[in-house]
Amino acid sequence: MHRVLGDRRAIAILLGPALLVYSLIMLIPMVWSLGYSFTEGNSIDGFTGNGVANFTRLLDDPAVRDSLWFTLKYAVVVTVGQVVAGYLLALLYVFFLRRASALIRTLVFFPVVLPTVAVGLLFQKLFQVAPQTGPVNALLNAVGIDSVDFFGSAGSAFWVLVGMDIWRSMGFYAVLLFAGLVDIPDEVLESARLDGATGLRLVRHIVLPLSLPVLMSSLIFSVNGTLKVFDSIVALTNGGPGNGTTPLTLYMFQTSFTYSEYGYGSTIALLLTVVCLLVSLVVYRVSRRDLTEG
Amino acid sequence: MAVDTPVKTSANLRRRRGPSGAVPRRRGRRLWVKAVVALLLVVEIYPLVWMFLTSLKSNDAYLNNSTWSLPTTWQWANYTEAWTTGNIGLYVQNSLLAVVPALALMLLLGTAAGFALQIMVWKGRSLTLLVFLAGMMVPPQMILLPLFTVYFRTGLSGTLWPLILTYTGTGLPLTVFMMATYYRSVPRELFEAATIDGAGILRAFWTISVPLVRNALLTVGLVQFFFIWNDLLIALTFTNNQDLRTVQVGLLNFTGDFGATQYGPLFAAICINIFGTLLIYLFLNQKVMKGLTSGAVKG
Repeated sequence: MHRVLGDRRAIAILLGPALLVYSLIMLIPMVWSLGYSFTEGNSIDGFTGNGVANFTRLLDDPAVRDSLWFTLKYAVVVTVGQVVAGYLLALLYVFFLRRASALIRTLVFFPVVLPTVAVGLLFQKLFQVAPQTGPVNALLNAVGIDSVDFFGSAGSAFWVLVGMDIWRSMGFYAVLLFAGLVDIPDEVLESARLDGATGLRLVRHIVLPLSLPVLMSSLIFSVNGTLKVFDSIVALTNGGPGNGTTPLTLYMFQTSFTYSEYGYGSTIALLLTVVCLLVSLVVYRVSRRDLTEG
Repeated sequence: MAVDTPVKTSANLRRRRGPSGAVPRRRGRRLWVKAVVALLLVVEIYPLVWMFLTSLKSNDAYLNNSTWSLPTTWQWANYTEAWTTGNIGLYVQNSLLAVVPALALMLLLGTAAGFALQIMVWKGRSLTLLVFLAGMMVPPQMILLPLFTVYFRTGLSGTLWPLILTYTGTGLPLTVFMMATYYRSVPRELFEAATIDGAGILRAFWTISVPLVRNALLTVGLVQFFFIWNDLLIALTFTNNQDLRTVQVGLLNFTGDFGATQYGPLFAAICINIFGTLLIYLFLNQKVMKGLTSGAVKG
């Protein structure tokens, strides 16, 4: 009966081009990049094999340690920030704004579609001290605090970055989590209310456990994105001051294209890939366990 | 899953306005909610207002007047300056020339593959889907260097082809996956019936299935448009020639194109970029929200 739907020639014609492009652009380069990690050189001067030298260098490189640490710190802080801010907004939409929330949802969502480069430059100007005192510092001055050079130290630059990425994406996570909250049956909430659960207790014992699945998928999505952060950092701080805000992605880019070390760049890319896969695996495992307990 | 929320919401919320709290308490709560919403809107919208006003200031007014002040003279010329001297016009053109073909190719290939993976029946299709999915996990840094070498050796560097090809390849996993998911709601019997009537399965794919998933195509297309248009990493890697810069790369290097930093045109360039995407969002926001969030839940 499935003879027409099992037509091999048709399957080849339909799937073939996509599979071909995907293989040429993604699969083969991935394996190829793996091979590069055992070489040194670049595409202009050619490549020569150097065994595991890149890997021993990777282990001893303080810049790798710093940028790996930065990547993880950034991923944890921004993921928690995005999801918590999004969840609070979603609670606001569902329990306080109710029917009026559609417009607010749409308004808070929009920054996610804006080009990251433009947002990065905008935030740079919002937080700057010179040549003009930006709005944030002007606000601080107005309440009697001296201007802060936010991009002068890695610590404060990090928090501006975090703030910017939460600003950009909280509306997105709010809509994502809102969909999960709306799916909670009213009967459950009503009966919990009749049993005397209100406010925080209602959220903690009823709403939170019931929205755990969508909370977990937001978490996975967020971690996956924040580990790969590149655009916002390049636009806002370009890794500076010094290399104080350089994640692995940017360190890989600089190694490869500023210093033309493709071999070592590929090794860093491999490290980044391994980190992404490991973290996804851990988050996935933890979320599965939580779900079966919940 | 986000698809049917609007309907459910209104139904749910109407019922959710049950008995809760006395009247005065409720009024206090109202005020509190209003304050939070007001703060939220200021935080979201004021930066854009400030940016727009600043884009109309002269360099002098920007550097010497307070950051809160309105422009002394409204310098609309900043926009023409950014567009021509700042080359934003050229960069927008480059972006369009890279994004539109990539988007068309990606949707065409992705829809066909989604159809083959979901409607057609053959061994190994779930494995093939998994292979596509793997592409979403791997960071793009992993493919940049080999691609750079290939594009360099084949002489494609110096054209927009590296961007078109790379965008198509990196966008395929999500496109294939989302299209396969949309095809799940289309019954197979439809195609069996059509082929009995004499149409080949390829014809049935094109004339029957594509119109059926028209809506999904728009949604996936919008999502991918924002991804590609806003991309920096791939554009930065493959545009080694100044005339090939996309909007994002051009904006990043904007200050370099003038002798000294011209703040008005710089802000105007940021505005052009931001309000361009905002304009699309203004008309298609529900579709964009639905598309982006369903991409996240499924991915």
